[in-house]
Amino acid sequence: MNLLELKDLTIHYFTDEGVVKAVNGLTLSVGAGETVGLVGETGAGKTTTALGIMNLVPDPPGKIVSGEILYQGEDLAKKNQMEMRDIRGRQISMIFQDPMTALNPVLTVGDQIAEVIRLHEELSRADAYIKAAKMLEMVGIPSERLGEYPHQFSGGMKQRVVIAIALACSPKLLIADEPTTALDVTIQAQVLKMMNDLKQNLGTSMILITHDLGVVAETCDKVAIMYAGEIVESGSLEDIFLHTAHPYTKGLFESIPSLKKDTKRLKPIKGLMPDPRSLPEGCSFSPRCPYVKEKCALEDPQVTEIAEGHFVKCPYWRDVHLNREEL
Amino acid sequence: MANENVLLQVNNLKKYFKTAKEQLHAVDDITFSLERGKTLGVVGESGCGKSTLGRTILNLLPATSGEVIFDGVHVENANKKQMSHLRQEMQIIFQDPFSSLDPRLSVSEIIMEPLEIYHIYPTRQERQKRVEELMDTVGLARRLANSYPHELDGGRRQRIGVARALALNPKFIVCDEPVSALDVSIQAQILNLMQDLQEQHGLAYMFITHDLSVVKHISDDILVMYLGKMVEKCQAKELFRNHLHPYTSALLSAIPVPEIGAAKDRILLQGEISSPINPKPGCRFANRCAYVCETCLQKEPEMREVVPGHFVACHRGEERKKERKDIYEF
Repeated sequence: MNLLELKDLTIHYFTDEGVVKAVNGLTLSVGAGETVGLVGETGAGKTTTALGIMNLVPDPPGKIVSGEILYQGEDLAKKNQMEMRDIRGRQISMIFQDPMTALNPVLTVGDQIAEVIRLHEELSRADAYIKAAKMLEMVGIPSERLGEYPHQFSGGMKQRVVIAIALACSPKLLIADEPTTALDVTIQAQVLKMMNDLKQNLGTSMILITHDLGVVAETCDKVAIMYAGEIVESGSLEDIFLHTAHPYTKGLFESIPSLKKDTKRLKPIKGLMPDPRSLPEGCSFSPRCPYVKEKCALEDPQVTEIAEGHFVKCPYWRDVHLNREEL
Repeated sequence: MANENVLLQVNNLKKYFKTAKEQLHAVDDITFSLERGKTLGVVGESGCGKSTLGRTILNLLPATSGEVIFDGVHVENANKKQMSHLRQEMQIIFQDPFSSLDPRLSVSEIIMEPLEIYHIYPTRQERQKRVEELMDTVGLARRLANSYPHELDGGRRQRIGVARALALNPKFIVCDEPVSALDVSIQAQILNLMQDLQEQHGLAYMFITHDLSVVKHISDDILVMYLGKMVEKCQAKELFRNHLHPYTSALLSAIPVPEIGAAKDRILLQGEISSPINPKPGCRFANRCAYVCETCLQKEPEMREVVPGHFVACHRGEERKKERKDIYEF
């Protein structure tokens, strides 16, 4: 059994200006010890998906409209907030994008790590601090700094503290929402390496939300590409990187300047992300798609399994495959 | 300075900020030249002084010492009249398209503002026509002329920033992380636009970024900065093939490459960037460098031309050129 299974998850925000369709019928599974990369651009619904799993979608205006979030067979969408509190931090933890705002500025980092431990484990205050010190050492910060405040740490260090908090109660699943986007490349390299090491030692499963395909190539086992609240392509790392089948995925790869090849001009995806309040009819990528056919604007394409474990939401994936050499 | 083609010459430029007791060396001794129609990429991590460098060149911040010569005119001690003329020729595109546009002006008013200040077109109709031209050039639909910035997405806002910078037909634009806040598909659109404009108008760019794949794509020359100092400067291709400074090597090896099995023997830098306030003598990178030796701690390395056209500020530059051990090949 998979650790986490999202089945047909739909999350909408009901605002005065209309219904924002953030996540539309999303299906995704995460196995034990697996790292799944959730890739997409701003507004694709990545963060809403993560908040949905944690049952943290702000309500109102947000609502899980339909679908199931099966964690070890139990539907998290049906749990109340009291039950969720036991799960958050203990079973499923989350790392937020911006370490500068994720920490409480008026508490020492020691207090903040110990807080999670004391909430979930029956430890004395002193023991919780001993464990907090261990966590801090584990993420590569000397434990003498336990009594310091967030502003005394640099960005990379703060993100390490956030990771220490997230891992303090050894959760089974870690959701990392753009954990290295706010960091410099050399610091990003340090943090990614640390996360990979920790993941292997602790056997934690991870959902890594990112827009950086480079980070995905380095850390993930499986990849799901999101566009306008849907997963348009998913599969193993090899499926996505070597046998790209969806026009949007191909467009993403072509938009990144290559470090190896010299290209005069990039081939961007034309147009803009659709407004989630009025998504296009049929396939939501059709207005921007270079392979678009008449049928695309009329009916929403089915998800097909084109190879074992490789799912694509486009009936014309063969055309994309043919042009693969251009990449 | 015999070369007619040189548009911008920067000599030993320094910018120090005063803190309570000490001096913060934000830009320390930068020298380079930029030819007409070319692009210089400036790369470095946050806090290395790349934005301050851009602003000091434009005299938006007064230089502490050094020279900036733009088209034969000294920018650093230009008077008000000269400066007002220079402002037409030197423009800037800011990083954040969300905070660099006046929220109370419409798109056409934002683009028209520089035209009004410089009275280039006598009548409102002519100005309006120029604004429409500019909107076409940068690919903004004319129907957006009366929209306000908050109604637009990041990519469109950045196009407004580009149109505003182009309004006075400048020769030189400082692009301060113009695509960092944008999604990759939009980023590619803006990069293409900037390249097209460069070809059509013969613009020179100083392209400040921390994204090495972007800088490789767009630059002719690249300057790598670390803690206010320039550590390496050469042609873009040369930098990716034959980087000699240990910091450049570490920076290049840290980039996650979107390819399977690209994971490589990464040079993981220990520690973090040290403080630019009253820096210690010696090489500023010494505390994180794997090649550190006695000399590095005592003497500050000078920029030296190790290979023709390739400058490195490292005591062990020649040695590294011979050994080429940890050089990561792209």
